[in-house]
Amino acid sequence: MAKTLFDKVWDAHVVHSIENGPDVLFIDRHMVHEVTSPVAFLGLKQRGIRVKFPERTFATADHNTPTINQHLPVEDPLSANQLAMLEQNAREHGISYWGLGHQKNGIVHVVGPEYGITLPGATIVCGDSHTSTHGAFGAIAFGIGTSEVEMVLSTQCIMQPKPKSMRINITGSLQKGVTPKDVALYIISQLTTSGATGYFVEYAGPVFSEMSMEGRMTVCNLSIEMGARGGMIAPDQKTFDYVSGREFAPKGQDFDKAMNYWSTLYSDSDASFDKEYTFDGNQIEPMITYGTNPGMGLGISQHIPMAQSLDGGVATYKKSLGYMDFHEGDAMLGKKVDYVFIGSCTNGRIEDFRSFASIVRGRKKADHVTAWLVPGSHLVAQSIKEEGLLEVFEAAGFTLREPGCSACLAMNDDKIPAGKYAVSTSNRNFEGRQGPGARTLLASPLVAAAAAVTGHVTDPRTLL
Amino acid sequence: MAYEPFNTLKSSAVPLPIENVDTDQIIPARFLKATERTGFGDNLFRDWRYNPDNTPKSDFVLNNPMYVGKILVGGKNFGSGSSREHAAWAVYDYGFRCVVSSFFADIFKNNCLNIGVLPVQVTPEFLAHIFEAIESDPKATFTVDLPGQTISIDTTGATCSFDINGYKKNNMLHGFDDIDFLISQSNQIDTFAAQSPL
Ligand code: SF4
Repeated sequence: MAKTLFDKVWDAHVVHSIENGPDVLFIDRHMVHEVTSPVAFLGLKQRGIRVKFPERTFATADHNTPTINQHLPVEDPLSANQLAMLEQNAREHGISYWGLGHQKNGIVHVVGPEYGITLPGATIVCGDSHTSTHGAFGAIAFGIGTSEVEMVLSTQCIMQPKPKSMRINITGSLQKGVTPKDVALYIISQLTTSGATGYFVEYAGPVFSEMSMEGRMTVCNLSIEMGARGGMIAPDQKTFDYVSGREFAPKGQDFDKAMNYWSTLYSDSDASFDKEYTFDGNQIEPMITYGTNPGMGLGISQHIPMAQSLDGGVATYKKSLGYMDFHEGDAMLGKKVDYVFIGSCTNGRIEDFRSFASIVRGRKKADHVTAWLVPGSHLVAQSIKEEGLLEVFEAAGFTLREPGCSACLAMNDDKIPAGKYAVSTSNRNFEGRQGPGARTLLASPLVAAAAAVTGHVTDPRTLL
Repeated sequence: MAYEPFNTLKSSAVPLPIENVDTDQIIPARFLKATERTGFGDNLFRDWRYNPDNTPKSDFVLNNPMYVGKILVGGKNFGSGSSREHAAWAVYDYGFRCVVSSFFADIFKNNCLNIGVLPVQVTPEFLAHIFEAIESDPKATFTVDLPGQTISIDTTGATCSFDINGYKKNNMLHGFDDIDFLISQSNQIDTFAAQSPL
């Protein structure tokens, strides 16, 4: 029977199917961080059991870590305690642990691919919804809750009903100044934040085949923002080249053997999907959000929609605009920006910093803008230095911080103050996401750079 | 985690007629620093419930003594956003056993089922009836019948059925969790792991 890419990977991991119930799904690789794991480890202790396959779990500290002075003790006692717990739990159970200051430390979804933990055809979970990032390699990857983290630690399995399948095709090609982030924000604006709930998405078509691995990660990362469990892209030569030689990837003959299998991972031509969408890539503009969920995005040159143009949800819409202090019909171009954040597992990879540099090179940061440049990992930070981007940033008046989730969820000190506007390359513009009262405009690294040098929302195409 | 079995629940309800209520509103990230699962109820809807100086916001429903009960009724697409199970813990810890909406985000729904909060998805029309019933009488009660998979508005007798997968339903009815089941599958898992390279 014809199978989709998703079917192939899923079916290969079903240990047991419960009638009228979920499948018991084997998890190849599990990533944990300090925030969603302590209660899971506590659960193990209470049951008197140990981690079943410690070599399949990898721990990194990222959500709660400072992005300056990482060599000093963490000041906030609650954060320090969570970090200490992660270290202790990892040591006690023999799990790889990349704590603060460790050369391999970084955001869980950035380091996973960098060290070859992320592989095509694998099942990967983590107690963080943006685990969908790893789908860029043709893996089934999704975020789980803490009870499920405990399941994976104790049995290497979770119980999941098989989701429905959706394919999103983007035809044509992208215009200059349009990035993978814009593609994702565009799709979410078309489908809304709940448009893919219950589905697992496959992205297909020439725009994705052309896209770099970093770009594919950005797109898959944002799958959750339209409600999907995850998104994936069929692996190709680009994927294999990326994975090859990375520390935890198979080597030598094992690699060849794996590649033979990975090459079979694509949707059969006659496979059918429960839902399918096709969009024209040429129509996509640089995007920006204006509201308090990622579906409230539009082309940067457009105006905020009028409430009466929506079908329902008017009260919620007005509440959202009220929070942003924006008005129906407002143009986005020219809106004042106070903060710029480039980083997160969405746009904290080297390609994103290259793209940011392409605009700030030879320009100056606007005086009133506070900018936080936070690499996704030490490896990204190292490349920024090696490629000479650091000098570009410094010449333009920017400094580089140390890796972590930072202002993506503002659990550490990197909080946008109440009422301030931030153009952010992260993934969520919910009320208070970047700090109580903070107002977030989600956009690509190019749009972020354009805002950082002009001090207001600016079309990056005018600066390229 | 073991939790109280859920069979039938008759209670008044707390209305929150807002769409796309996300997990950052249910429990803001700065409260995720605990290493145990208790105490989250105090910070449920923290920034909607309290002013920055920690005084209660009088216009938020949880601060209105007229509305109490074990059922929380939310607008469409409830629980979108992060995978933080803390959101479900906060709902449970506050005292809710059931959340009703016309649509739930996936991970939140799963998390609820794993910790003993029953997500009840009703039609948009029925959701509107529930809000109307609460509006005309904040003390109006509702009956959630898990074995029969129905929710009724006691004052009008109107009933709506809801879906739940049979396995999860059985767990909820008995207060079982998945780990007990998975551990019973150990042999099968070992065999599977042995032929599944890292
Ligand atoms: S950067 Fe943001 S979305 Fe990504 S793992 Fe960290 S907190 Fe989660």
